[in-house]
Amino acid sequence: MNVEDSTPGSIPPKASIRRSSTISEDIFGSAYDHKVVKRFTGYLSPYRKLIIFSMLTVLLFSVTAVLLPLIVKYTIDSALVAGVENTKILTICVTLFFTTIALNFVGNYLQELIIGRIGERVLIQLRRSMFEHLQRVSLSFMDKTQVGSMMSRLQGDVGALQEFLHTITVGVGDIILILGVVLTLFFLDWRLALMMIGVVPALLLIRVIWLPFARKAFIRSRVTASIVSGSLAENINGIRAVQGLTREKVNYSLFDILAHDNLAAQNKAARFGVIMMPIVDTLTGIALAVIIFGGGLLVSKGNLEVGVMVAFMLYVQRFFDPIRQLTMHYSIFQRAMAAGERIFEVIDVPIEVKNKPNAVTLKNIDGSIEFKNVTFGYVPDEPILTNISFKVEPGETVALVGPTGSGKTSITSLTHRFYDVWEGEVFVGGKNVKDVTQSSLSQQVGMVLQEPFLFTGTVIENIRYVNVDCPLSEVVEAAKAVGAHNFICQLPDGYDSMLEQRGGNISLGQRQLLSFARAIVANTKILILDEATASVDSYTEMLIQDALSKLLKGRTGMVIAHRLATIRSADRIIVLQDGKIIETGTHDELVTTNGLYSHMYSLNYSSFDDIPDDLIKEVTREWREGIT
Amino acid sequence: MTLKPKITNRTQISGTYIRIIKMALKQKLLLVFGVITIFGAAGFQLWIPILLGSSVDIAMDVFSAENADVSDQLIFSGVLLLISSIMRGIFTMAYNYSGESIGQHIGYELRLLYYQKLQKLSFSYHSHIHTGDLITRGILDIEGVSMFVRTAVLRSIYLVVLIGTGTYLVLSADLVLGIISLSFVPFAGWRATAARLQLRSSWFALQEKLSILSKVMDENLGGIRVVRSFASKTHEMDKFDRASEEALTIANNQVQIKSKNVSLIGISFLTAMGLVLWVGGLKVINGSITIGELTTFLAFMSILQAPVRMLGMMVNAFARGAASGGRLFSVLDMSSDIEDSQGSTKLTITKGVLKFKEVHFGYEGEHTLNGVTFEVKPGHVVGIVGPPGSGKSTIAHLIPRFYDPSSGAITIDGQNIKDVTLDSLRHAVSVVEQDSFMFTASIDHNVAYGNPWAEDLDVETAARNTQMYQYISRLPNKFSTMIGERGVSLSGGQRQRLSIARSILLNPKIIIFDDSTSSVDAATEQKIRVALQEISRDRTSIIISHRLSSLMHADEILFIEKGKIIERGNHNKLINNNGKYAELYKLQIRPDDKNKSEKIKNER
Repeated sequence: MNVEDSTPGSIPPKASIRRSSTISEDIFGSAYDHKVVKRFTGYLSPYRKLIIFSMLTVLLFSVTAVLLPLIVKYTIDSALVAGVENTKILTICVTLFFTTIALNFVGNYLQELIIGRIGERVLIQLRRSMFEHLQRVSLSFMDKTQVGSMMSRLQGDVGALQEFLHTITVGVGDIILILGVVLTLFFLDWRLALMMIGVVPALLLIRVIWLPFARKAFIRSRVTASIVSGSLAENINGIRAVQGLTREKVNYSLFDILAHDNLAAQNKAARFGVIMMPIVDTLTGIALAVIIFGGGLLVSKGNLEVGVMVAFMLYVQRFFDPIRQLTMHYSIFQRAMAAGERIFEVIDVPIEVKNKPNAVTLKNIDGSIEFKNVTFGYVPDEPILTNISFKVEPGETVALVGPTGSGKTSITSLTHRFYDVWEGEVFVGGKNVKDVTQSSLSQQVGMVLQEPFLFTGTVIENIRYVNVDCPLSEVVEAAKAVGAHNFICQLPDGYDSMLEQRGGNISLGQRQLLSFARAIVANTKILILDEATASVDSYTEMLIQDALSKLLKGRTGMVIAHRLATIRSADRIIVLQDGKIIETGTHDELVTTNGLYSHMYSLNYSSFDDIPDDLIKEVTREWREGIT
Repeated sequence: MTLKPKITNRTQISGTYIRIIKMALKQKLLLVFGVITIFGAAGFQLWIPILLGSSVDIAMDVFSAENADVSDQLIFSGVLLLISSIMRGIFTMAYNYSGESIGQHIGYELRLLYYQKLQKLSFSYHSHIHTGDLITRGILDIEGVSMFVRTAVLRSIYLVVLIGTGTYLVLSADLVLGIISLSFVPFAGWRATAARLQLRSSWFALQEKLSILSKVMDENLGGIRVVRSFASKTHEMDKFDRASEEALTIANNQVQIKSKNVSLIGISFLTAMGLVLWVGGLKVINGSITIGELTTFLAFMSILQAPVRMLGMMVNAFARGAASGGRLFSVLDMSSDIEDSQGSTKLTITKGVLKFKEVHFGYEGEHTLNGVTFEVKPGHVVGIVGPPGSGKSTIAHLIPRFYDPSSGAITIDGQNIKDVTLDSLRHAVSVVEQDSFMFTASIDHNVAYGNPWAEDLDVETAARNTQMYQYISRLPNKFSTMIGERGVSLSGGQRQRLSIARSILLNPKIIIFDDSTSSVDAATEQKIRVALQEISRDRTSIIISHRLSSLMHADEILFIEKGKIIERGNHNKLINNNGKYAELYKLQIRPDDKNKSEKIKNER
């Protein structure tokens, strides 16, 4: 069948749209995890006094709330009932009533305020300690983790714990309220109290049966909603492909199915939500009928004061709400426990690369780098580098060349001590990197990454980055040196132009130049540079090549090079394969030695990355056979 | 095109409400049902305090008058009360459900309308609106409108009926007590409204601060290697602390607003209750009302408490409904500037001759094409090369009418593309973009994206021709492997090859490669080219690239600069010309000659 024959509404065999949900379904987790709660209360301990105080305010609020119907009862029975009419007692009672509500107001205000503020503070503390920890854990952990999932821990999970804190206080208030009401009811009249409380088990039973079904329906409704949102978002992101390939009608039909699923799920959830209304009302009605009949009968026989009957009526209203609330809290507890586990999992990741206790500050160094018999890998028993030794002299530029996986990036990471070596030593400026402080090492060793990473902020903020006090003149000088000045001046606000997230509003080449300028401002003795592989147009390419030579001037340079032009201009080339150094020398030397480098060079690609993998394998094989 | 239309205009706001209400009116049955049940719910709700009061009196009267059938009367009251409670529950459920259902239907309808609209809007719209903004509208604003209908429309009718009838009842029972017992309503309503509005405005401020905070965290984690290599932990923690302290200030302020108003509303209600007790008590003492009537007033006040608290939520729903509706309708009302013209016919392809005649294109004062004329014959390949921003991609985007030229004409086999239907044009023409979007779907569904009716064999052939077959067949699930978050992540070159496969599967008469092999290595590209030439000798192709090896073989090469063709001819001719093309060629093939690169740079 052809596309044009299709009628909207029919679903073709090879068509699907995104239908994954971002919502995790922590439905069946436990609602109480001692370890999580213990860790969490650790974060509360600085506020211990405040929390005790706030619990007192909760108590004040709940107790005064329970007292009010009781005061109404005394007012009726001791001042209003025929025969005892007494204006004076009425005034006393009303004064008591107003005093109580004043206290109730104070309790109400303080409990909301204090708990709310502690909650916000703890939320930030928790997020901060998690974030700070992430600044120190080893990069191998960060490499394994997706930014998105970490963000959801920093935001969603922390939020779930905040909700938990709030729920606990509300829950404590509710329990005090229920206990207070029950006690008061029994104090007033145990017979009526027994009859009225009889409906509570029924309510609890219904809630317990209802809850799992309802929660499933609620979650289903949220999940389908997130599927619809995800699908919509993908269609917007890929709108060019959708329109270019005329997929509109098919996608519309597919989206309709998802939207309809969502509608059905929401409707079901709504039914579960509203079904509780007549049930609770029926139980309230039964309780009220009991009071009217049982209480009324007792009153009519003179066995019960009428005020008690009125008080019971007023209590019924406040009795069912807290019970209904409490059953709702269960799912919040479940979510919080799961969230807490995920948060503490991150906070507990051990920090592998640490400063030694007697670490010294790296200062005034000559800029040399030396690897001595270094063996290193990311996975135990799978070394990436085996027994590597080389030295880079101060001021020298060395190009690291080799196929993917040969260990180039590992060498640069070790120089910066992102990881610790398995065996051997790495020296920077003659000092073992393990013996110096990490921050002083960073001040000597700069890095420009393959993917130029810019932060949201102005151009000047990005060039200065850590060196916030760097004067404008120096920033401009750096920008001029790398040839970025011209394009910066053409931006709407020059150096003060805002860069969108990750520099989305400027081109890749321009982002690269800015990251060069940033490295110049940082002014480190040693510069490690991972040349970008992504192809930029020839014009930008030239600018970058120029900038590169300016950048490396007067510094020790270690470049992971891909472009022939970069490699040729290096003082020395180190050719790596399978974690070993197989050749080293200048371009002219290496071309004549008939080694791997000269073979690769003879393939006539302007960039080594353009050489297809199988061709590299072939060349390597030929070359090896040539040796033996 | 405004991103955030400021809705301050009253007529605009009411216009938005009217449109939403009109959508609600389509659900006639549910709406009528909802309104009827509202009266039931309010009626039974108000009956309860009256029954409570009268039963107190029954019990008391009996006490003094020693009437015999007291228990009968009490049973009767009790049963009535039970019935009215149950009925209240059922009616409340019914009207709430109608409200929910109407709102959900409107949400569903809006979702489809919005989706359809977005698919129709042209590239120029999409490239000028932030995708995040469009997604937010499609998610949060639709939810905002739906929530407004669900929680505010029927509920406000309920509130009017309940408070209105209630007011009539209490005032007719006892004017003074009635006024006192209602006295808290205006105050509480005012506080609830004011608090909600304050919270709303600070909510936006908070969201802004929180989004700064999440940007700080997101960028830090995404750029963790930069952060580490600059040893900028302190700097980053400072950024974090600043952003979170700012958010904390606003959050604390919100807590303050909430606590203040919750407790104020609470005490206003309790004060009114105290006054009822006092004044009512005096009235009971002087005999003008009974204890039962006093009970009625007290019970009546308790039932008013909840709806008055609801007011705040409703004000919020109203405000959000207007803002969300306004933003949503501004998208839905947008007309697409690229549409089928009146009387447009299907494109009929005879040979596949593509012509540009004096084509100009400008957008918002920027001229990207200044009179471009060329012709591509069937089976021929035209290469386009030029510096960044010279207008190469614009040419590609004009052919399937992603944009329309500001003047000049583009024809295919003599038919102006403006006069043919978009569908038929886009079926005949396919543009392979540099950065093609891969959808969260299996590999075969992605390849068959343009023709989901394609046979397995066609998909496989397309993959073979783009040198992807070997890779795919080595994957555990082969062509059913998912791409994206939960599937394989493809390299740039692999994505580009899949998107070429996607296009050639459609067998378009005209195909345009817009820098679509920039991440594919030269050798693989060569293989793809050979395969493509073999399967479609009569296809009209345009290749745009900044890598000359991709287009050296073209029948004609156009060198574009500043929207104009400045050199044209085949490779040999252009090399002999010794112009810009020749310079670029020398630069790319052997990039070691420093002097030449200096020269080209100076000329720019």
